[in-house]
Amino acid sequence: MAIWHWLSEPLMFEFMRNSITIGALLGVLCAVVGSYLIVQQMSMIGGVISHAVVPGLSLAFFWNINLAMGAFIAGILSALVVVGIQTRSRIKVDAAMALVLTSFLSLGVILISLLETNQLDLSLILFGDILSVVPGDVGKTLVITIVILILVKLFYKELLFYTFDPLGAQASGLPVNALYFGLVCAIVLTIVASMQTVGVLLVMALLVGPAITAYLLVKELHQIMILGSVFGIISSIGGMYASYYLDLPSGPAIVMVITIFFILAFFFSPSQGILTAALQKRVGHIYPDSE
Amino acid sequence: MLEVHHLAVCYRNNWAVRDLSFCLHPGQLTCLLGPNGAGKSTVVKAILGLIPKVQGKVLWNERPLKSQLHRIAYVPQRVQIDWDYPVTVQNVVMMGRTRSTGWFRTPSRYSLELAKNALERVEMLQYAKRPIGELSGGQQQRVFLARALAQEADLFFFDEPFVGIDKKTEDIIFDVFAELKQSNKTLLVISHDLSETLSHYDRFLLLNQSLIAMGRDREVLTPANLQQAYGKKLNLLVA
Repeated sequence: MAIWHWLSEPLMFEFMRNSITIGALLGVLCAVVGSYLIVQQMSMIGGVISHAVVPGLSLAFFWNINLAMGAFIAGILSALVVVGIQTRSRIKVDAAMALVLTSFLSLGVILISLLETNQLDLSLILFGDILSVVPGDVGKTLVITIVILILVKLFYKELLFYTFDPLGAQASGLPVNALYFGLVCAIVLTIVASMQTVGVLLVMALLVGPAITAYLLVKELHQIMILGSVFGIISSIGGMYASYYLDLPSGPAIVMVITIFFILAFFFSPSQGILTAALQKRVGHIYPDSE
Repeated sequence: MLEVHHLAVCYRNNWAVRDLSFCLHPGQLTCLLGPNGAGKSTVVKAILGLIPKVQGKVLWNERPLKSQLHRIAYVPQRVQIDWDYPVTVQNVVMMGRTRSTGWFRTPSRYSLELAKNALERVEMLQYAKRPIGELSGGQQQRVFLARALAQEADLFFFDEPFVGIDKKTEDIIFDVFAELKQSNKTLLVISHDLSETLSHYDRFLLLNQSLIAMGRDREVLTPANLQQAYGKKLNLLVA
């Protein structure tokens, strides 16, 4: 009964119900999209995009258009600039990303000061505020999540081929540029959808954390997506409860739960945990017949 | 027949290959030979449209190859692949069926059967459920060969398929090449290796930025040609 009360008490508040729902949705969305980021070895592009949305936000605020639209366009643009630099010069992708990230962020800060759009709360963009989520936000996130899940399902085999062997996929006639652009759009959309909840600084953790934890435990991409989603949901909900009972900031609490899952998998994954082999050896030593 | 006319490719403002013309015939195994940096991979990538060409035409049975990409099976160099990718052997081979399956469809029973037969042919069927990263280099190469077989292509390109593999895999690959020749397929294999395996090939294209020689071994693998390509004196006991 005590546990039931402990679990249900936070749900009495509407803001908690909203933020837990949106957290769980983002847990699924980020894990699925993040799985592609890690197999593409492009995790840092998430960081670039999440910072590059700032000038888009400032301009959108100035022109009085939808903020998410401004963020989306700036995010796409930054990813395309990175690819442009990488493919048209000898500069490696990490260096291109470092420059694009800082340039877009600086441009954003300059625009905020020039256009006097400082009503735009930078700390809200950077750290998010999951407790300010309203039912309309939950609805939007639900739609984005469903659309992206359907698209991933529809294009799964093409994306698998493309992300595993881009040259082979291109040689067989798959439209790899369109597939890449589709992936970038999904990543940007996910980041924009997560912005309000955990902020651009912490969205990386939601994108990458649950997916790499699952990567240490299972063998196939679709399994990583499913298990990563489970970790994403549990982390979001767990982080919200921790934030409620321990009075912690919500976004960072979610990220810390994600990190704890990762650390557990890193040490104790049955197939790849760095302590697993040592433990098995010990058990084998104590119970030699069990081998 | 595959015809390549006056192919030229630039890489970062330098000529990678210039004015390259040759033909590949069905039922023949051709070796694209040359030292590292000769532009061998560049030639194949330009033929397949993976990199832009400055000039040149590529025709397959007198029509542009670009519109017939589904007839091609291409096995890239091992270094191009991330072997830690979370995918099983079976699903790597099924990638060869992606194009013929088509958008929004699940693979047919026929495709699954083709993949199974291809894995059996390269003696990898018992590994079907294993992650690709758990295999040896030779086994991984055989899985890629199976993927090419499952594609039911007419034209096969292999980029350095013999690098970092075991003897058993090498034998299986050459056996499969012989069978593909029998069924009138066209094969081009990139190699930089001047070893005894050269006796398996029907024709050679000796490349170093431009075509130095082409034809049968006796015509191509002469000391003078090899010195021109490799820049040092080499004695090959092919003939």
